[in-house]
Amino acid sequence: MLLLDVRDLRISFATSRGLLPAVHGISFQVMAGETVAIVGESGSGKSITALSLLRLLKEPDTRIVGEILFKGNDLLQASQTRMRAVRGDEISMIFQEPMSSLNPVLTVGDQIAESVSLHKTVSRAEARAQALRMLVQVGIPAPEQRMKEYPHQLSGGMRQRVMTAMALVCEPALLIADEPTTALDVTVQAQILDLMRELKARLGSAIILITHDMGVVAELAQRVMIMYAGRKVEEASVADIFARPSHPYTIGLLGAIPRLGSSSGPDAGKPLTEIPGVVPSLREAGKGCAFAPRCTFASSICFEVTPLLKVIDADHTVACHHSREALAA
Amino acid sequence: MAIGAIDALGAAGKAKKRIPSSLRLLRRHPKIAVGAAILVMMTMLAIFAPLLGTIDPREIALGKRLRPPSAEFWFGTDALGRDLYSRVLYGGRISVLVGVACALLSSVGGVVIGMVAASGKWLDALMMRITDGLMSIPSMLLAIALMAVTRGSLGTVIVAITIVEVPRVARMIRGVVLSLREQPFVEAAVAAGSTMPMIIWRHLLPAVVSPLTVQATFVGSAAIVIEAGLSFIGAGTPPTIPSWGNIMSDGKTLWQIKPYLVFIPAVFLTATVLGVNLLGDGLRDALDPRLSERA
Repeated sequence: MLLLDVRDLRISFATSRGLLPAVHGISFQVMAGETVAIVGESGSGKSITALSLLRLLKEPDTRIVGEILFKGNDLLQASQTRMRAVRGDEISMIFQEPMSSLNPVLTVGDQIAESVSLHKTVSRAEARAQALRMLVQVGIPAPEQRMKEYPHQLSGGMRQRVMTAMALVCEPALLIADEPTTALDVTVQAQILDLMRELKARLGSAIILITHDMGVVAELAQRVMIMYAGRKVEEASVADIFARPSHPYTIGLLGAIPRLGSSSGPDAGKPLTEIPGVVPSLREAGKGCAFAPRCTFASSICFEVTPLLKVIDADHTVACHHSREALAA
Repeated sequence: MAIGAIDALGAAGKAKKRIPSSLRLLRRHPKIAVGAAILVMMTMLAIFAPLLGTIDPREIALGKRLRPPSAEFWFGTDALGRDLYSRVLYGGRISVLVGVACALLSSVGGVVIGMVAASGKWLDALMMRITDGLMSIPSMLLAIALMAVTRGSLGTVIVAITIVEVPRVARMIRGVVLSLREQPFVEAAVAAGSTMPMIIWRHLLPAVVSPLTVQATFVGSAAIVIEAGLSFIGAGTPPTIPSWGNIMSDGKTLWQIKPYLVFIPAVFLTATVLGVNLLGDGLRDALDPRLSERA
């Protein structure tokens, strides 16, 4: 079942020097229960795409055009009241920094219970009971004690579990996780990923996972969307992305990950590749492919014509003039 | 789900947590202990003045003028033969009342103005320019000016001092709210479906409480000083009511020969203000939950 259908989403920021486009018309779909990863470097537009889904961008300063169809209704046309009903109940969000995303002066229990009472007409006691059940589900030891504690008394991993509990307590149909593991230790990251997988299986929520970590993608996602400079450059199933990456940028991302055994196998001694240069700033955007200046395959056409998304296989699209050579390389 | 096991875990966690006794808190924060002790004593003296061997502080006895301190008149008598001990104790009522009333009124006014300012663009600009204007006038001068346009009474003194002090509180609240509003947890609350009024009530107000408490104590001490100053120059509490400022004002012409007429109320005034300031300082150190937890 089609849950979310984003069509030609364009986001630009209003500045004193005119509109700065940050997302140039991306389209994607999320099926119910599916996990879709949006991958890209800082500045690729992945986070503002996620924020725009809940209309969390400051509205007077940003222009959002296109359609965000959630269960068939366009969220961009919805009233503020309707948006508040959607936020936290049907679509909820896990933020990157669990410390600053929790209110330091409210107890953990109060904050989770608040998410409940915002969307359900239940008594205070019932809201707290649901909060407690959720804390048990996210695997927090001594949950009754933790309910009464403040965020600063918890470790980073515990805080992220609390954030997860807050986001999932209303059993949303769609969960947006904006770099949920970036601020955590590697061992804790693994625990949180396990937790998300387990909760997803139990609650059946779809997940949009925003990340720059291909390891997290392999762990959790079914489908991957690679973004670069506000455009979708490649989309495929997780298996295809890792097996047959077709955009030079995707190949670069995969090449920058150390692999287990890479010091002894056939690749032994081969340095990790890096992608030279940085993401162009919003003002620099000119004609042609935004990745061309950093691309090893770039030819003259790349600097002239912006490549369009083309279907190269079932469920595999890529926006590159040289995708065939890139895949072969 | 093994609820029993969870209960056991919860109980174990509860037993482990040390609940700091009020005694330990005071040992850790001696400023609060000393400040609170001074204030409790001053408040007690003011409240129970009638029971502490005082006579009518306004009773004039010309036959007993300017008696030095003695067993009969502990602090002596003034130029009209009024008992200074009684006057000082009753005067404490005015100071405590002015301090508490101004602190409360300024807090309420400051929170409302600060919150409103923080949430409106042009309103913010307007309100902050008004507070700039008010704050650019020395508080004593402003209080004198406000008193000059009203009839002198205790109520107008309190209102005048509140008007002087409100901008300071409003600025502080506005600053706190503006910085909190940019915190990710506010965005997280919006993402959870909260409305702005709810966020202000549930998330911002609790965070404002501790800086406000500290600020309120300082407003209280400033109010006591301003009231005494206004009364001293005859622009404050009506001279028929004994307040510390009025008592000092009455004694000022004689202070070279009868220094205790000024000295004794001044000691009470200074001690009270010191107590309030110590309390405020101590509260500022103690009220940060992170600081107190780490100690």
